[in-house]
Amino acid sequence: MKLSTYNFLTSMAIKGVKVGFPLKLTISKKEVVESEFNPTFVERILPKLDWSAVYGAAQVAELTEDIPSVQPENIGENELLLQKLHHLLFEIDVLEGQLECPETGRVFPITDGIPNMLLNEDEV
Amino acid sequence: MGNWRKFILWFAQEHVDFRVQEFESLIKMFGLQARRLTEQTRKPFWVVEFRDTDSALLYASRSISLRAMIELYAHSHKLPEFHQRLRNHVTTNWNSLAEYFRVEASFKIVVETYNKHFSQREKVEKIESMDYLPIEGAVNLKKPEVEWWYIEFWGLDPTAVPPEPEDILFGRLVAHGQRHLIKELSLKHRKFIGNTSMDAQLSLLMANQAMVREGDLVFDPFVGTGSLLVSAAKWGGYVLGADIDYMMVHARCRPSRITQKVREKDESIRANLKQYGCADRYMDVVVADFSNPVWHPRISFDCIITDPPYGIREATEKVEKKASVKANTRSESMVHYPSTSHYSLQSLYGDLLEFSAKHLRLGGRLVCWIPFHSEDYDPKMLPQHQHLNLVANSEQQLTGNTARRLLTYEKCFEYSPTEPLLGGITQVPTPSQDFRERYFNNALESRKERRMRKAELREQARVEMNARGKIPTDGRSKKCDLNKARFV
Repeated sequence: MKLSTYNFLTSMAIKGVKVGFPLKLTISKKEVVESEFNPTFVERILPKLDWSAVYGAAQVAELTEDIPSVQPENIGENELLLQKLHHLLFEIDVLEGQLECPETGRVFPITDGIPNMLLNEDEV
Repeated sequence: MGNWRKFILWFAQEHVDFRVQEFESLIKMFGLQARRLTEQTRKPFWVVEFRDTDSALLYASRSISLRAMIELYAHSHKLPEFHQRLRNHVTTNWNSLAEYFRVEASFKIVVETYNKHFSQREKVEKIESMDYLPIEGAVNLKKPEVEWWYIEFWGLDPTAVPPEPEDILFGRLVAHGQRHLIKELSLKHRKFIGNTSMDAQLSLLMANQAMVREGDLVFDPFVGTGSLLVSAAKWGGYVLGADIDYMMVHARCRPSRITQKVREKDESIRANLKQYGCADRYMDVVVADFSNPVWHPRISFDCIITDPPYGIREATEKVEKKASVKANTRSESMVHYPSTSHYSLQSLYGDLLEFSAKHLRLGGRLVCWIPFHSEDYDPKMLPQHQHLNLVANSEQQLTGNTARRLLTYEKCFEYSPTEPLLGGITQVPTPSQDFRERYFNNALESRKERRMRKAELREQARVEMNARGKIPTDGRSKKCDLNKARFV
């Protein structure tokens, strides 16, 4: 799972959960997969992201030196930050780990890089 | 307005119902100006006017239906008139055409006839009938610099070939369509496929319908083996998928290839994208139940391309609270795989349209298939949503009495759940009976009847053979031998 996807996922499918975001991420195994830097795409995806969760992901991935805690303005003009965001969001692949619902503590496992967001019959 | 240029579009006669809508989608996607001069869209040759040559080339750079595009020099229904027009065209446009006729330009003339066969000699005669063309270059059949096309169209019905050709066309080849991609992305050589993987041609057509552009975010909520993501990524989309089937998403389900016993370790949707050089376009796949969305309300997609399960070859499932829960013999620490319940097609499409209305950007497109029993198809039965415009709808025949339709919706209003535009939001008319139930129960004859009828026919044949003194071949052992030979 890439950290961009982490920013899209919620646990609001669980009965009674209102926001379910951001999920608490734990990484036990990760890998860095280099990919082509596309500044336009990073810029296009930014409005879809929640910065606090971007920063949260940076904390878990130990990249807080690269990512400011508050979203700076005019990121589009800051090529260096775009590159760092690209690395954080698209190049770090969480192979094993878990996502935890902030309201109920329900844990969603990540296996072989794929998060399993399925709920049990009694949770929906 | 004098700059418009005419082209012959030569289409493959396959998925004929899809070509008009593909043409219109591509014209809209590139913002081109074009006028279709051929009315009968089932014809394999259209004459189309584009604002300029570059527009025409843009269209050809994406079209899957298009075989080739030829700049039109002359078009007529009668031979003498055709030759007159060709002569006139070359004389009046000599300034712009001269370069193709110069001495250094090697050339080749292709004679293409549709619905009527001509021998090689007859074809050469047709070429020689145009000896007035001031061609100076040398013939080069393998790698010509200029390719001229002479086309005769003899109608569509092979049982009623007209006495005269309906269209005679001549022009210079300017571009090929993208049909080479069909072979390049063929399922035959794809790393990871499943029983319901979409073939390369249709998935490329779907991506064109969705107007996937460079840098778009594309989502497939019923991703399966990711066959739709492959074509979307090929056109430059960044792809994200979800599916309820854990084994499928992890590529641990039963293999579909007859020669394959177990899935290989490195099979995955990501491996498929890597195979076609689109690894950078892979965002993620997630195991998730579509009936209960997990996506953040803020996320918006440029395109949603999907082929939902119809309940025939792939089950329609969701996780649901069960009224009666069986006694649980498993301990807390054991892995629990939630059991799934039936997800009716009607509520599935309702959810899909609602999800798309919420999560598409304005102007973004949803492209999906919907199965039908041909005899009771009625446009009124198509799902509708206040925020989505149905912009295209084409049919593909599946079996004798079933077909599926490729629907393209475009989001036309911003979504606000609090203020529905007019009354209810989603309308999915209830079909009289469930597609699956009807498919298996209301066939012209049931499976049992069919089996009995076939067995009776075989028995009859056996008795007749015996009467004629022939020894019947053992069909079963023959089949076994064939299978053995295949695995040696």
